[in-house]
Amino acid sequence: MILARVVGSVVATRKDPRLEGKKLLILKPVTPEGKDEAGYVISVDTVSAGFRETVIAVSGSSARMAEGCKDTPVDSTIIGIVDKVHLDT
Amino acid sequence: MYLGRVVGCVWSTVKDANLTAQRLLVVQPLTPQLEPTGKRLICADCTGAGAGEVIYWCRGKESSFPFLPAEVPTDCTVVGIVDSVCS
Repeated sequence: MILARVVGSVVATRKDPRLEGKKLLILKPVTPEGKDEAGYVISVDTVSAGFRETVIAVSGSSARMAEGCKDTPVDSTIIGIVDKVHLDT
Repeated sequence: MYLGRVVGCVWSTVKDANLTAQRLLVVQPLTPQLEPTGKRLICADCTGAGAGEVIYWCRGKESSFPFLPAEVPTDCTVVGIVDSVCS
Protein backbone atom coordinates (compact mmCIF):
# COMPACT_ATOMS: atom_id res chain seq x y z
CA MET A 1 0.00 0.00 0.00
CA ILE A 2 1.14 3.54 -0.60
CA LEU A 3 0.54 6.90 1.01
CA ALA A 4 -0.91 9.51 -1.34
CA ARG A 5 -2.61 12.90 -1.36
CA VAL A 6 -5.87 13.60 -3.17
CA VAL A 7 -5.18 16.28 -5.82
CA GLY A 8 -8.22 16.07 -8.07
CA SER A 9 -11.06 14.02 -9.46
CA VAL A 10 -11.97 12.38 -12.75
CA VAL A 11 -15.37 12.47 -14.44
CA ALA A 12 -16.21 9.79 -17.00
CA THR A 13 -19.55 9.24 -18.68
CA ARG A 14 -18.76 6.32 -20.96
CA LYS A 15 -17.20 3.60 -18.86
CA ASP A 16 -17.55 0.01 -17.80
CA PRO A 17 -21.05 -0.43 -16.25
CA ARG A 18 -19.50 -1.92 -13.13
CA LEU A 19 -17.75 1.41 -12.47
CA GLU A 20 -21.02 3.33 -12.36
CA GLY A 21 -21.49 5.27 -9.13
CA LYS A 22 -17.83 4.96 -8.17
CA LYS A 23 -15.88 8.10 -7.31
CA LEU A 24 -12.57 8.39 -9.17
CA LEU A 25 -9.85 10.54 -7.61
CA ILE A 26 -6.41 11.62 -8.79
CA LEU A 27 -3.73 10.73 -6.25
CA LYS A 28 -0.18 12.03 -5.93
CA PRO A 29 2.02 9.54 -4.06
CA VAL A 30 3.78 11.11 -1.03
CA THR A 31 6.56 10.05 1.35
CA PRO A 32 5.70 9.40 5.03
CA GLU A 33 6.99 12.96 5.68
CA GLY A 34 4.39 14.31 3.20
CA LYS A 35 6.72 15.23 0.33
CA ASP A 36 5.54 14.59 -3.23
CA GLU A 37 6.84 11.59 -5.14
CA ALA A 38 6.89 11.06 -8.89
CA GLY A 39 3.79 10.18 -10.92
CA TYR A 40 0.03 10.16 -10.46
CA VAL A 41 -2.56 7.43 -10.08
CA ILE A 42 -6.34 7.31 -10.60
CA SER A 43 -7.99 5.49 -7.74
CA VAL A 44 -11.53 4.39 -6.84
CA ASP A 45 -12.64 5.94 -3.54
CA THR A 46 -14.46 3.67 -1.04
CA VAL A 47 -14.04 5.82 2.10
CA SER A 48 -15.32 9.26 0.93
CA ALA A 49 -11.93 10.95 0.95
CA GLY A 50 -11.75 14.68 0.23
CA PHE A 51 -9.50 17.10 -1.63
CA ARG A 52 -5.94 17.39 -0.16
CA GLU A 53 -6.47 14.53 2.33
CA THR A 54 -3.70 11.99 2.82
CA VAL A 55 -4.98 8.49 2.10
CA ILE A 56 -3.84 4.87 1.88
CA ALA A 57 -4.23 3.30 -1.56
CA VAL A 58 -4.02 -0.40 -2.31
CA SER A 59 -3.06 -1.53 -5.82
CA GLY A 60 -3.16 -4.66 -7.92
CA SER A 61 -5.75 -7.42 -7.57
CA SER A 62 -6.10 -6.65 -3.84
CA ALA A 63 -7.84 -3.44 -4.91
CA ARG A 64 -10.88 -5.55 -5.79
CA MET A 65 -11.14 -6.83 -2.21
CA ALA A 66 -12.22 -3.41 -0.94
CA GLU A 67 -15.86 -2.87 -0.05
CA GLY A 68 -18.08 -2.69 -3.14
CA CYS A 69 -15.26 -3.39 -5.61
CA LYS A 70 -15.78 -7.12 -6.06
CA ASP A 71 -15.48 -8.11 -9.75
CA THR A 72 -14.97 -4.50 -10.88
CA PRO A 73 -12.22 -3.53 -13.34
CA VAL A 74 -10.05 -1.55 -10.88
CA ASP A 75 -6.41 -1.86 -9.88
CA SER A 76 -6.14 0.96 -7.35
CA THR A 77 -8.52 1.70 -4.47
CA ILE A 78 -8.44 4.15 -1.57
CA ILE A 79 -9.06 2.09 1.57
CA GLY A 80 -8.23 4.51 4.39
CA ILE A 81 -7.88 8.16 5.36
CA VAL A 82 -4.67 8.82 7.28
CA ASP A 83 -4.92 10.56 10.66
CA LYS A 84 -1.21 10.47 11.46
CA VAL A 85 2.03 8.84 10.35
CA HIS A 86 4.49 8.11 13.15
CA LEU A 87 8.13 7.58 12.19
CA ASP A 88 10.68 6.13 14.61
CA THR A 89 13.80 8.25 14.60
CA MET B 1 9.23 -11.93 -0.60
CA TYR B 2 11.47 -9.06 0.40
CA LEU B 3 13.49 -7.90 3.39
CA GLY B 4 12.51 -4.72 5.18
CA ARG B 5 12.72 -2.79 8.42
CA VAL B 6 9.80 -1.38 10.40
CA VAL B 7 10.39 2.39 10.58
CA GLY B 8 6.99 3.68 11.68
CA CYS B 9 3.27 3.19 11.79
CA VAL B 10 0.12 4.80 10.38
CA TRP B 11 -3.07 5.82 12.19
CA SER B 12 -6.31 5.72 10.25
CA THR B 13 -9.84 6.02 11.67
CA VAL B 14 -11.90 6.06 8.48
CA LYS B 15 -10.96 2.88 6.63
CA ASP B 16 -12.28 -0.24 4.93
CA ALA B 17 -14.32 -2.34 7.40
CA ASN B 18 -12.05 -5.34 6.87
CA LEU B 19 -9.01 -3.31 7.94
CA THR B 20 -10.44 -2.76 11.42
CA ALA B 21 -7.91 -3.71 14.13
CA GLN B 22 -5.17 -4.28 11.55
CA ARG B 23 -1.78 -2.73 12.31
CA LEU B 24 -0.40 -0.62 9.46
CA LEU B 25 3.38 -0.32 9.50
CA VAL B 26 5.75 1.90 7.50
CA VAL B 27 8.37 -0.46 6.06
CA GLN B 28 11.70 0.48 4.47
CA PRO B 29 12.82 -2.22 2.00
CA LEU B 30 16.38 -3.49 2.64
CA THR B 31 19.13 -5.18 0.63
CA PRO B 32 20.53 -8.51 1.97
CA GLN B 33 23.30 -6.34 3.49
CA LEU B 34 20.50 -4.53 5.38
CA GLU B 35 21.06 -1.24 3.52
CA PRO B 36 17.90 0.78 2.75
CA THR B 37 16.76 0.51 -0.87
CA GLY B 38 13.73 1.94 -2.65
CA LYS B 39 10.61 3.72 -1.43
CA ARG B 40 9.01 3.16 1.96
CA LEU B 41 5.57 1.57 1.87
CA ILE B 42 2.63 0.75 4.12
CA CYS B 43 2.25 -2.89 5.14
CA ALA B 44 -0.40 -4.78 7.09
CA ASP B 45 1.05 -7.03 9.79
CA CYS B 46 0.24 -10.62 10.81
CA THR B 47 3.30 -11.18 13.04
CA GLY B 48 3.24 -8.44 15.68
CA ALA B 49 6.52 -6.90 14.45
CA GLY B 50 7.77 -3.92 16.42
CA ALA B 51 9.68 -0.72 15.73
CA GLY B 52 13.13 -1.17 14.18
CA GLU B 53 12.77 -4.92 13.59
CA VAL B 54 14.03 -6.56 10.40
CA ILE B 55 11.14 -8.39 8.79
CA TYR B 56 10.20 -9.99 5.51
CA TRP B 57 7.12 -8.98 3.61
CA CYS B 58 5.26 -10.18 0.55
CA ARG B 59 3.37 -8.23 -2.07
CA GLY B 60 0.38 -8.88 -4.29
CA LYS B 61 -2.93 -10.56 -3.62
CA GLU B 62 -1.13 -13.29 -1.65
CA SER B 63 -0.49 -10.77 1.11
CA SER B 64 -4.16 -10.96 2.09
CA PHE B 65 -4.01 -14.75 2.60
CA PRO B 66 -2.68 -14.66 6.23
CA PHE B 67 -5.96 -13.05 7.26
CA LEU B 68 -8.32 -15.58 5.63
CA PRO B 69 -11.26 -16.05 5.83
CA ALA B 70 -11.42 -12.25 6.30
CA GLU B 71 -10.92 -10.44 2.99
CA VAL B 72 -8.44 -7.78 4.04
CA PRO B 73 -7.67 -5.40 1.14
CA THR B 74 -3.88 -5.28 1.43
CA ASP B 75 -1.19 -5.59 -1.23
CA CYS B 76 1.78 -5.90 1.13
CA THR B 77 1.95 -7.69 4.46
CA VAL B 78 4.67 -8.39 7.00
CA VAL B 79 4.71 -12.20 7.13
CA GLY B 80 7.82 -12.92 9.21
CA ILE B 81 10.35 -11.47 11.66
CA VAL B 82 13.96 -12.08 10.63
CA ASP B 83 16.32 -13.59 13.20
CA SER B 84 19.48 -13.49 11.05
CA VAL B 85 20.57 -13.06 7.44
CA CYS B 86 23.61 -14.89 6.00
CA SER B 87 24.89 -13.30 2.80
